[in-house]
Amino acid sequence: MKFLRVKAIAKKEIIQIRRDPLSLAMAFMMPVILLFIFGYAITLDVNNLRTVVYDQDRSSLSRELVAEFRESGYFTVVGYADDHRDIDKYLDSGKAQVAVWIPNDFSKNIKTGKNAELQVIVDGSDSNTATIALGYITAISELYSQRIKGGRITPLIDPRVRVWYNPELKSRNYIIPGLIAVIMAVIAALLTSLTIAREWERGTMEFGISTPVKTPELIIGKLLPYFFIGFIDVALSVIMAVFVFEVPLRGNLLLLAVLSSIFLFGGLSLGILISIAAKSQLVASQISMVVTFLPAFLFSGFMYAIANMPKPLQVITHIIPARYFVSILKGIFLKGNTFKFLIFETILLTFFGLVVFGLANKKFKKRIV
Amino acid sequence: MFERIKQMIIKEFIQVFRDRRMIAIVFFTPVMQLLAFGYAVTTDVNNISTAIYDLDKSYESRELVRRLESSGYFNIRYFAGSPDEIQNLLDRGRITTAIQINRGFSSNLKNKRQTEIQILVDGTDSNTATVAMDYANRIIMKYAKDIGVQRVEPIKIDLRTRAWYNPDLRSRNYNVPGVIAIVIMLTCLLLTSMAVVREREIGTMEQLMVTPLKPIELVLGKTIPFAIIGFFDVLLVTMVGVFWFNIPIKGPIQLMPLATAIYLLSVLGIGLFISTISKTQQQAMMATFLFYIPAVLLSGFMFPIENMPEIIQYGTYINPLRYFLVIIRGIFLKGSGIAILWPQMLSLLLLGIIVMTLSSLRFRKRIG
Repeated sequence: MKFLRVKAIAKKEIIQIRRDPLSLAMAFMMPVILLFIFGYAITLDVNNLRTVVYDQDRSSLSRELVAEFRESGYFTVVGYADDHRDIDKYLDSGKAQVAVWIPNDFSKNIKTGKNAELQVIVDGSDSNTATIALGYITAISELYSQRIKGGRITPLIDPRVRVWYNPELKSRNYIIPGLIAVIMAVIAALLTSLTIAREWERGTMEFGISTPVKTPELIIGKLLPYFFIGFIDVALSVIMAVFVFEVPLRGNLLLLAVLSSIFLFGGLSLGILISIAAKSQLVASQISMVVTFLPAFLFSGFMYAIANMPKPLQVITHIIPARYFVSILKGIFLKGNTFKFLIFETILLTFFGLVVFGLANKKFKKRIV
Repeated sequence: MFERIKQMIIKEFIQVFRDRRMIAIVFFTPVMQLLAFGYAVTTDVNNISTAIYDLDKSYESRELVRRLESSGYFNIRYFAGSPDEIQNLLDRGRITTAIQINRGFSSNLKNKRQTEIQILVDGTDSNTATVAMDYANRIIMKYAKDIGVQRVEPIKIDLRTRAWYNPDLRSRNYNVPGVIAIVIMLTCLLLTSMAVVREREIGTMEQLMVTPLKPIELVLGKTIPFAIIGFFDVLLVTMVGVFWFNIPIKGPIQLMPLATAIYLLSVLGIGLFISTISKTQQQAMMATFLFYIPAVLLSGFMFPIENMPEIIQYGTYINPLRYFLVIIRGIFLKGSGIAILWPQMLSLLLLGIIVMTLSSLRFRKRIG
């Protein structure tokens, strides 16, 4: 392997990249836009639940209960229903997600010490929101019943809950480190998956083959420029995470840089492998979508806990590099993990990178013979 | 005119499927995506990996642990011997929750003294942590109620909750109809935008321009084939959703073709637009992703729109996915018909006409 030839290929690739400034701009915009959306626009915290109230009782007690719902900050009363059909209409059209029905004997029952019934209907189609809403509703009705009875019940067992790593339970702190992994997986594939396919399509690959360049030289030469772009993307994402979104970075920055490089090497090699195998850009784009973006988004544990998936799928997630990178990033950012805790992930990422790089070399040799 | 469009469509099909792998890709990727979403995306929290640090080692503490385990929410994987061990397990991410039962737990309970339980939660995943805390609290309170002679009268309010449309709160029922919408969006966007740019890149666009094809015929010829593929994909993915995942269809399914057609109008329009701003296939692919990812994230597919900042909520009104999601979920889960869904369908139609007109005009200018 000659460094000179690697350099020449890299130089050629850089010229090609510079000729297409729009793609380059998009490569840098992608992490910024995605981080902004996740940082500002999206939260997993549930509030502002649209609520319709059907108050048959119309007493001061029932009004107090409604006020309790409203003041919790989780529920926004969007309307009052006059009968059951009204409730149906509100829920069917999606104008309301929660319906609270207070029957007409509500205050009478409370005053006479009987059990007072309270009906709550939740739109279950979004199961996540519904589960959380049900939790709120239970808490509010318990609080209310304690309050009207006067005094608090002291339960026999007092659960003391402490939350580690992310004490305020900010979903942003949880999502952003993982998101960097997803962004990198996607960008790595987007950057390299078309480069060789494009050369096949345009017929310029034959020129490359007729030169004395060897396969590993060609692949490394093609990887290098994209590696720098990818690395700038990582740096950009980390800077935004820390300074714009104030995600705590508790671990070592150098460790983060080294492990990100290993991940990038694997991701970019995968793109090259796809590019060699696909030969056409349309096919390459579709394949890279399926093998990088989807698994990184769904199976990496970035948002959806792997423990909740069916067993066979949990096994499959082990071959997805983004999975390890997600735990590395979350570990370094939130837990302040040192290398000692991340050895397993590092070994697997390195292994993945080397295997894919080897496959790309082998596949390319076969292609040109 | 129809003859020319027909020829153009035939040519387009030949071109797309000349690469045999495209057949597999066009029909295989949507199904793959559906399977991935159907199995992976459960926001239902269970199997929370848990460690127990039981200092009391009494009948009562074991009974509490048994209840946590049999609830199905907690998967007790470790019995820790020291606080350091718990720290280590949490740091390594082996457990999400640790429950510490202090010495004196059972004797306190027997003497009716209040006793403490420590619950440690890994807050990294804020969503799971919230739900885990809620479950743990409920189970412990229930246990306290069951064993203790209740010192206060029972709670007076009898809360009855019901979840409509999806009584078991299965997140799959919510997600699968949504996947149908996002899958066809991606397939149609990529196919349309790249197919046009490809002709420009290879240089065959000039050949098309010297034919008697009128610009409008060119636009139709470039979009109709992908609309047909889109329809096939909808059909395929719907069948997998219904027969494999047992997603209920409660509403008028015959509304689906009409809704899909209206939706595809906007999607293909956007694909065409991307093709007019891209010079290379790489640009087209990047631009598609740059549009697609925000469109999916800001559509209500996974994250409720009402939790977003107000400005962004207004922005979602120009997202065709937003309307189609309401329609498709309405049909599948709520059993809504046109009487309820017409505002969404009308908005989607208007949006489609505007997008398509603008893109076609731009497309004409580019080739003219």
